[in-house]
Amino acid sequence: MEIQIRDPKEVMKLSRLGSFHQSKLSFLRSFLQEFKNWEYKRDLLDLDENGFGVVIYSFKKKNRIYSLICFANKISDQERSDRVIATKWDAAFTLFDGVPTKQDIERLKQNVPKQEVGRMSFKELTLSRANKSVRIFDYVVECLSKGKQPDKGKLAKVGYLYRTTAVYGSGKFGLADRFRIKNREEIYGPFRLEMMLVYLVRQFTFDQVNHIAKSKNPKKAVTLDPNISRNLGIGNSTGLGMAPFIVNHPLLLNNWIMARETALKQIREIKEVKKKDVDLIISCLQNSKKNIDNWTTESEFQLLKINNLKKDLDLLLQYFLTKFDFEKEFSYNDLYIWAKNNLGEECLEFMVSVMMEPYEKITNPLIRTMSADEEKFFTIPIDKTILDLRKVLELKYSDILKIDFKKKENNQNFWFISKNKEEPRLANRFQDEGSDLEQPLAIARDICKLYERISNEKNSLKIGTFLMNNNDLRHVVRRAFITEKFPYAEIQDNTIGSKLMPIDMLRLKLSFFGAVKFDPRSDKWLRICMFQGAPLPTELTTSSDHWVYNSIN
Amino acid sequence: MKSFSEIDTTVKRASKSIGFEWGIAEELGKNIRLLEMFGLAGLKNLNSYFKIYNQKQFQKISLISKINTSNIAYCPIISGTNFLDQVINLEKMDEINFENMAFPLLFLPFVSRSTEIIGKRIFLNIDEKEFLLNFNQSIYSNYLSGNIIDAAKKIKIKFIENKNTFEENEWQELYKLSEGTFVEETEQLKNSAAGAGLTDND
Repeated sequence: MEIQIRDPKEVMKLSRLGSFHQSKLSFLRSFLQEFKNWEYKRDLLDLDENGFGVVIYSFKKKNRIYSLICFANKISDQERSDRVIATKWDAAFTLFDGVPTKQDIERLKQNVPKQEVGRMSFKELTLSRANKSVRIFDYVVECLSKGKQPDKGKLAKVGYLYRTTAVYGSGKFGLADRFRIKNREEIYGPFRLEMMLVYLVRQFTFDQVNHIAKSKNPKKAVTLDPNISRNLGIGNSTGLGMAPFIVNHPLLLNNWIMARETALKQIREIKEVKKKDVDLIISCLQNSKKNIDNWTTESEFQLLKINNLKKDLDLLLQYFLTKFDFEKEFSYNDLYIWAKNNLGEECLEFMVSVMMEPYEKITNPLIRTMSADEEKFFTIPIDKTILDLRKVLELKYSDILKIDFKKKENNQNFWFISKNKEEPRLANRFQDEGSDLEQPLAIARDICKLYERISNEKNSLKIGTFLMNNNDLRHVVRRAFITEKFPYAEIQDNTIGSKLMPIDMLRLKLSFFGAVKFDPRSDKWLRICMFQGAPLPTELTTSSDHWVYNSIN
Repeated sequence: MKSFSEIDTTVKRASKSIGFEWGIAEELGKNIRLLEMFGLAGLKNLNSYFKIYNQKQFQKISLISKINTSNIAYCPIISGTNFLDQVINLEKMDEINFENMAFPLLFLPFVSRSTEIIGKRIFLNIDEKEFLLNFNQSIYSNYLSGNIIDAAKKIKIKFIENKNTFEENEWQELYKLSEGTFVEETEQLKNSAAGAGLTDND
């Protein structure tokens, strides 16, 4: 039986993309899998009694070494902010290509803590900063210094000791351009080096908390129990900065979603389902119920989604226990059809993620397809005709062409870049100033304009000739021909309408990173947790790949 | 040192800010990145051009022909964009000439990228400076200065047919040498070494 991949017009709607969950394809999980056999080392721990100073970690294999350099700094409580406008952080980090010299460390000490206003070089690969969790960092230090382990219940409410507020790579602020490293075998997957940084930062948070506790009370202090450490991740605050990324990188977006959709298709095509595989899926679903119970948020939007997920998860487990028929061929396909008709988007996509767990043979080859050489498809195919373009628009953008942009509510927002922080922002076109400097992220609106513009053009007219007088729509002509080849390259929704929930765009990207516990703080930013439940660096070689479903406090 | 990614992004934004459409600004980001990667002073030339862009008048050509002349200097960006968009037709003309173009180095990456579309090398003359543009993979040139070129009197674009740089007899001589690595097959080897059936179409 051949199953078709799901229709982009179904999958690429914002509410659906905003219901995605981490999976075996997520970058932090595939990173850990690929770096299992690398040699991990803490090369330097030079902290004072308050935990301020420098720490260096490395991953090594053959001649390749990546070093994380951490700078822990003293800041006042008033200076601590998750917002992108902050200028000081409790700690700042950079991933260095190789082994840093003393001169490198000195140079980086002057620049890394400054983040956006510092300058990096091509020797540095990624850059980040993080703040202590005010809710639990000092509490954990206090407990450990008194010889006690912290209360697991209290930790579960937060889930991390530090929260990063940005992770930069790919040439930002002078960091190495991607072309310098893209042919390295070990980092063929997207965001490998960003994931490495975050993973090692997590270890730094444990080492720092242990160090401070020990300094405080050398005789009585204990180190944080590894079982507790393992169940702490790294928090992250994410604002609108991430949203335009998925619009600006259509090919990359396609490759991520295509990998997910291909995995689902291949699983649905399994003729004879093995009991041990279904048992693994059921066990992941059951374990994750506890994680979902620990998923706390004050967001009504998210609470509703979580409650629906809980309710639907019970239905799904019930299906597995009472209706799932091993004897029948293609029972996963039956399951999917049932789920599509009976579960909400949140649980449907959760199920799609969990279904991948037993099938490394399906997911591993797909991980290799998740990067993209976007330059290859940048040049517009000028020899194509208006007829070709019209066909692409009618076939690939049919839902978008139905949106009436004359209506105020469909045209309400505009995206712009803030002068202060050079970060993307969203504002109301009819209330706020700045729409004349709108970023080209209103793809649906511009596609509609393009469709209208070509309505009176001759079918035989070449695109190159059409562009002579229509360069104002050049950016969407380029996109249309990318979408022609790559079905999941485009969000099939309006990114400037009044009903837009920007956090849907953030969640899509974060789910591919492998984030969990999405906690929207408004419709424009959210907190998440990464690597919660992940093996510690010293446990990597022997760890289970299904750790994400066991992260229970 | 600024990374190529920073150059791409900043050029794109600056180009939109000066008045170009987003689609063209995207092209310019890629172009200046390309020039800088090839060691040519793209950013410097673009910056100088933008300083005068809104003060002076530039000829914005639409349809490019075999010979293009103007009393007002051609805008290298509009000329380049249209060259890129029309290159399939222009190739048939064998040679294209422009007279009087401002900041011609900014025109070069459009021509370089055109070589990829048509699958042919292009020889570009900017006055006395020569550039051989190789399928957008490399540029061979007698011009190594990192200076600003604010104008060109003559630009000549010559499409180069795909042919080898060597003669047939030179190929044969080298091929004969390469045969020195082959093993003469005995009857025994003919029967056993190929791996396929002993009779054709069996």
